[in-house]
Amino acid sequence: MQIELRDIRKYFGPVKANDGINLTFEGGRIYGLLGENGAGKSTLMKILSGYQPPDAGEIEFDNQPQHFSSPADALVKGIGMLYQDPLDVPAFSVNDNYLLGRDQRVVLDYQSASQELREMTSRFDFQLDLQTSIENLSLGERQQLELARLLVGGAQVLILDEPTTGISAEQKEVLFDSMRKLARDEGKTLILVSHKLDEVQELCDQAMVLRRGKIVGQTDIPCPNEKLVEMMFGQVPERGARPDFKLGDPVLELVDLRVPTYRLTIENINLLVKQGEIFGLAGLEGSGQRLLLQACAGLLHPDQGKIRLADQDVSGWSYHHMQSAGVGYSAAGRLEEGLVAGLTLAEHVELAQPKHRFFIDWKGLTAKTTTKIEQYQIVGRPDSTADELSGGNQQRLLFALLREDLKLLLLEHPTRGLDVRSSDWIWEQLYHRREDGTAIIFMSSDLDELFDRSDRIAVFSGGVMSRILDTKDTSVDEIGHLIGGQA
Amino acid sequence: MSTSRWIRWIWPAVPIVGALVVTSLLLFLFGAAPFEAFQAMYQGAFGDQSKTLSVLAFWIPLLLSSTGLLITFRAGLWNIGIEGQIVMGALAASWVALSLEAPAAVLITLEIVAAMAGGALWGALSAVLKTRGKVHEIFSGLALNSIAIIFTNYLISGPWQPPEGGSFRGTAPFQPSALLPLFANSRFSPLSLILAVVAFILVVIALRGTFWGLKLKAIGKNLRSAFLLGVSSEREMILAMMFCGALAGLGGAVRTLSWFDSLRQSISGGIGFMALMVVMLANYRIFLVPFIAFFFSAVLNGSITLQLRTQLHSSLGGILTELMVLFVLLFGDAAKLGIFRKKDDDG
Repeated sequence: MQIELRDIRKYFGPVKANDGINLTFEGGRIYGLLGENGAGKSTLMKILSGYQPPDAGEIEFDNQPQHFSSPADALVKGIGMLYQDPLDVPAFSVNDNYLLGRDQRVVLDYQSASQELREMTSRFDFQLDLQTSIENLSLGERQQLELARLLVGGAQVLILDEPTTGISAEQKEVLFDSMRKLARDEGKTLILVSHKLDEVQELCDQAMVLRRGKIVGQTDIPCPNEKLVEMMFGQVPERGARPDFKLGDPVLELVDLRVPTYRLTIENINLLVKQGEIFGLAGLEGSGQRLLLQACAGLLHPDQGKIRLADQDVSGWSYHHMQSAGVGYSAAGRLEEGLVAGLTLAEHVELAQPKHRFFIDWKGLTAKTTTKIEQYQIVGRPDSTADELSGGNQQRLLFALLREDLKLLLLEHPTRGLDVRSSDWIWEQLYHRREDGTAIIFMSSDLDELFDRSDRIAVFSGGVMSRILDTKDTSVDEIGHLIGGQA
Repeated sequence: MSTSRWIRWIWPAVPIVGALVVTSLLLFLFGAAPFEAFQAMYQGAFGDQSKTLSVLAFWIPLLLSSTGLLITFRAGLWNIGIEGQIVMGALAASWVALSLEAPAAVLITLEIVAAMAGGALWGALSAVLKTRGKVHEIFSGLALNSIAIIFTNYLISGPWQPPEGGSFRGTAPFQPSALLPLFANSRFSPLSLILAVVAFILVVIALRGTFWGLKLKAIGKNLRSAFLLGVSSEREMILAMMFCGALAGLGGAVRTLSWFDSLRQSISGGIGFMALMVVMLANYRIFLVPFIAFFFSAVLNGSITLQLRTQLHSSLGGILTELMVLFVLLFGDAAKLGIFRKKDDDG
């Protein structure tokens, strides 16, 4: 099947998310759709998958014009989209979830459903336990289930939106193999939305690059990485160099710390972090690094050991107490843990102030917010709500809300989902903070980031913290082994 | 943009018109003339001065309760327990009225303070059960409503029963100096109107201009993020419930000290639940609340005389208002129907 997009336009107020896009997709090929954050990739794919209609323009399949009333309608017509967060019902079993999307009858046919699912999973080497419930599945497994559902639903075209974020290397291999199989053997069209160049180079036949709502280039793959980067950004940005810095006095000291939670317990944590130090935490999601950050923030409390902040014992202090003592914490889920959807930027700025008066000075607040918006280069107005901002701008807002004089800054995935330029900007801000003597502890699943940014690294695996590594004296290989639990 | 803003403004009228149409259809079904019925209702509400004053007198406790609910709804709390808070306010006021003797000014002040404290206490109980006991405020509210009503029944059939003997109807009338001064032989007390207006203005200021109001808004929209931004959610939730409870309690005092002259078995008469509907019908917009509360009061008072004029039962008013709430729940959130498309973020 040949798909043609003709002059697709979608405007959100003054923002031209898609500004006259013409593209052709052929069957049997894998396409990479590239672009920095806010380039319009997601908007375009949401239009193609029936999630939202375009303001203008046409979609044609083999020269037949198409209109979609909903994603389900688009799937019937052959377009399936795999979202970053799979759309499944957590409490249901794998089988039930599969049936939910498929079976319209009153009496459900469990047997043929599990038969279908088993065939599908064995065809692509998916490892799925059909009896378990969704909550027990990893993100990668949920993705596989969703993929199976889309394929049985009749998808000829599969759109995958950043599918490798948050899944294991092994699952990534399985996913890529199945994508190749679908294109080569079954003639399906695959579209990979990504900003990871390596993945596009590894998998795709052709790359299309979006910038500010327009297609700025198409090229066959393989091609030099520099060419893609130039198309994405207009110029090749240099990764900001990490300035050397002389460390100061100890800020945080953890002594024989043990933090128990319902799922995982971390113990025997000993760590000393000094002023101006950047300390990286590596490890697979859920290995304990988040618990450590939350314990330092006062969100979780240790049952053994001590936390000392600038020579003061702060074990057992509440989060708000720690906050006023100069500890900043920024979680990974921006709109879940950090920003309030529906509240304006100005209201966020007011809430995050250390001191408050009884009445809000709205005029002064608007002025203050405008300054912050300029300083942190946020695309938005004081009266825009946080959910109206794009992901990158939400991240900037989170940084704008952190207090000025912090002793310790704790960050979860500070640049997740951001393009090279935005993440570089974020780190520049963080380097400024270290110069003021702030110690930074951050967790990341991006090994390059950990290597480029940290002074020292510790790796978590199954709740156990590794020995502390000096970034200068370690290698990706060593960290890789530690992440896998091999000491 | 301007069309959508225009639609946004007239949107509250949609459920009202919808409910009127459905009620008319119902009346047709029973062979009655809708126009006559609505006219009779209007006559019942505004036919003469005493009827209009009745509407006013009924409106005030309803307005007080709705105003309080604006605070709890802003904090994301479903204060179903407001009915019990009204009852506890009435109980506390009655306790002062029955046990103290003082000049009217002193006695009334004490009654009002006691009523607000009683309502606030009942609200605080619900809030603490939520923050400390992880009991959802809907369930604790329902339980506390029942307890408040049972407690009233105990008091009026036991310790506070009138000298002529215990009944489930109510206490003996209070001493005259304990009652709110009334306007022209009606049940309407100008003092209660002043109190309601002051309460409403205070709530508008609190929600629009104070840091406390902003904190409540943040809590109501995202508890976790609000906490991480530095808002102590437990304290603010308890305060919000106490604030609402105090206004509801004041409403209870108005009921017992001006609408009635004693503590009755059904002292609230469902005003708390009605207030919940008022705020939902107003779609949480502050300045619509007084008008909608007044409309409810007019419809309910108007339908009392319905049976005398037409052969229709007075529950017609109830049907009309409750249909409106159903229509609000159906159409109220216009955004959910996709009429006002929100900006999709692009990433």
